[in-house]
Amino acid sequence: MNGYLIETEDLRKAFGDVTAVDGISLKIPAGSIYGILGPNGAGKSTTIRMLCGLLTPSSGKARVNGLDVYTQSEQIKQRLGYMSQSFSLYDDLTVLENLRFYATIYGVRGREREERIRQLIAMAGITGRERQLAGTLSGGWKQRLALGCALIHKPQLLVLDEPTAGVDPVARRVFWELIFKLAAQGITVLITTHYMDEAQSCDRIAFVFGGKILAEGTPAELVASGEFRNLEDVFIDYVEQTTGQKVRSSFEEIKFLLRSDGGGVQ
Amino acid sequence: MNLSRFGMVIWKEFKHIYRDPVSLRLVILMPLLFTLLFGYAITTDVEHIGLAVYDGDQSYESRELIRKFVASDYFSLEQMAGDSLQLEALLDAGEVKAALVIPEGYGKKLKRGEVPESLLIIDGTDPTIARTALQSGNLIANVYNMRTLSDGVFQVAEMKTRVWYNPNLESAKFIIPGLIGLIMQNITVMLTAFALVREKEKGTIEQLIVTPLRPVELILGKLVPYIMIGSIDFLIALFFGTWYFHVPINGSIFLLLGLGFLFVISALAIGMLISTVTKNQLQSMQLAFITILPTVLLSGFMFPRDGMPLAVYWLGNLFPMTYFLEILRGIILKGIGLEYLWKEVAGMTAIGALLLAAAIKKFHKSLD
Repeated sequence: MNGYLIETEDLRKAFGDVTAVDGISLKIPAGSIYGILGPNGAGKSTTIRMLCGLLTPSSGKARVNGLDVYTQSEQIKQRLGYMSQSFSLYDDLTVLENLRFYATIYGVRGREREERIRQLIAMAGITGRERQLAGTLSGGWKQRLALGCALIHKPQLLVLDEPTAGVDPVARRVFWELIFKLAAQGITVLITTHYMDEAQSCDRIAFVFGGKILAEGTPAELVASGEFRNLEDVFIDYVEQTTGQKVRSSFEEIKFLLRSDGGGVQ
Repeated sequence: MNLSRFGMVIWKEFKHIYRDPVSLRLVILMPLLFTLLFGYAITTDVEHIGLAVYDGDQSYESRELIRKFVASDYFSLEQMAGDSLQLEALLDAGEVKAALVIPEGYGKKLKRGEVPESLLIIDGTDPTIARTALQSGNLIANVYNMRTLSDGVFQVAEMKTRVWYNPNLESAKFIIPGLIGLIMQNITVMLTAFALVREKEKGTIEQLIVTPLRPVELILGKLVPYIMIGSIDFLIALFFGTWYFHVPINGSIFLLLGLGFLFVISALAIGMLISTVTKNQLQSMQLAFITILPTVLLSGFMFPRDGMPLAVYWLGNLFPMTYFLEILRGIILKGIGLEYLWKEVAGMTAIGALLLAAAIKKFHKSLD
């Protein structure tokens, strides 16, 4: 264990000819908020799905809480809460029914179950909507209900795959407040994102691109590692270095859109 | 298996069904609709076959023969022809399906105690009609000749025949039990074919996989509500099939219900296996059709299995419906019990258990 809840070594995953994760080694300290930052298609989701037991790695090592992902994934699941990118609770069940279903599946029963559900509903701020079908909730509520379901069994590790995608700024802020509170309770949070402000809020971040880790450290360390004003600069600089292409100049390539060009937009 | 997790999956599945009232209504309506519709469509009893007659004898005896044909209800006299050429034309045009030629001297021969000749021509384009026409035509002519001859010197050799189980050879009695099996199979396979694949399409499977829920709890838990629905469907199909089409159940109704329940589970297992190996609802639909269609031909529903090549015969043994047809016909028509049907029951149970085990084994808790 030695203070790390998750340790991976040269973790790889290939889908046919496509290598989604190309040798990722991570050490995630227990009790921290750890962010995996990267553009779409970088291999963020594949990485955490391997840690949750949703995908089997092609090669490499990975241990969660000292348990091996190849052979002990069912034990890992007992102490792990997961929230996927898209809402994956039941639209045609009510808020309460979704919570009760997952509580029972995780073996939480009786008075304990009802007490936890009451608390989680209060935490998620969906009091009064217990009997509403989950499918009819708005984005922010759905997201907090999903968080509630992921927490029902008191996990020690919470894995969130782009939890704030498609959620308005206010709901995002509320959500992050919850994350901070959970981390303060000692829960380790592993989160993927491509929002810079969210990455800034993590204790440590790994910048993933093309299935590889390009940089790792605290946000402050990463900004200080070069002539950068903020994390966004670091992010763009790494993408440009790796692909050999300028990200910002690409607009000038589409000349027909420029006013100076005769055939351009009127 | 953890019983509270298993129970929770059942509860959840019932909620899904309950919250989708349209599907629920369809599932109840289907056995009713199919039984009535197919029961009428597939009945092959043929009556009132159009008949044209050329009476070259114009005697009392010849008119009496014609009268016997008409009185049988199998034939209805459409036209009297002036000569045999006209008969031919009527058959060619398809205006009649049978033509009777009574040659000159028919009556005289009968009176002399000889067996007179008459000719019945049958349109063979539809074998079902032709077979009925042939058999009933022969029967009518023989009976008539025999009765007329019985006072005479000749002793006509007589062969007694008995038809058991379905003495009037009503096709409904043969078709309906099989139809109940066929309808039940189609409904139940469809019920579960989507059960799991719907969760894959909606992405809810992802959340289930990260829980400690075990495949056996998930698959069996999903199965239970459909076993209940399938059993209700079986009751509906059985009731309307037998009551509406006047097919009495000669054997034990309780044995029939018990084995129907067993069949529902076996057929649901087919759907569940389909659901575990496919990725979306379209695929499961296609696979369900590929499974259902051959059973119509291979199970003995349409064609007797005795005449099939060995490989095809064995292929038929893979479907629970093949065994269930024997069971349905055995109990409903013959009134036999387990002492004769145990092989079919064992076969159906084994196939069902195998399919279910395969579905559980094939369901991997991963997205790979």
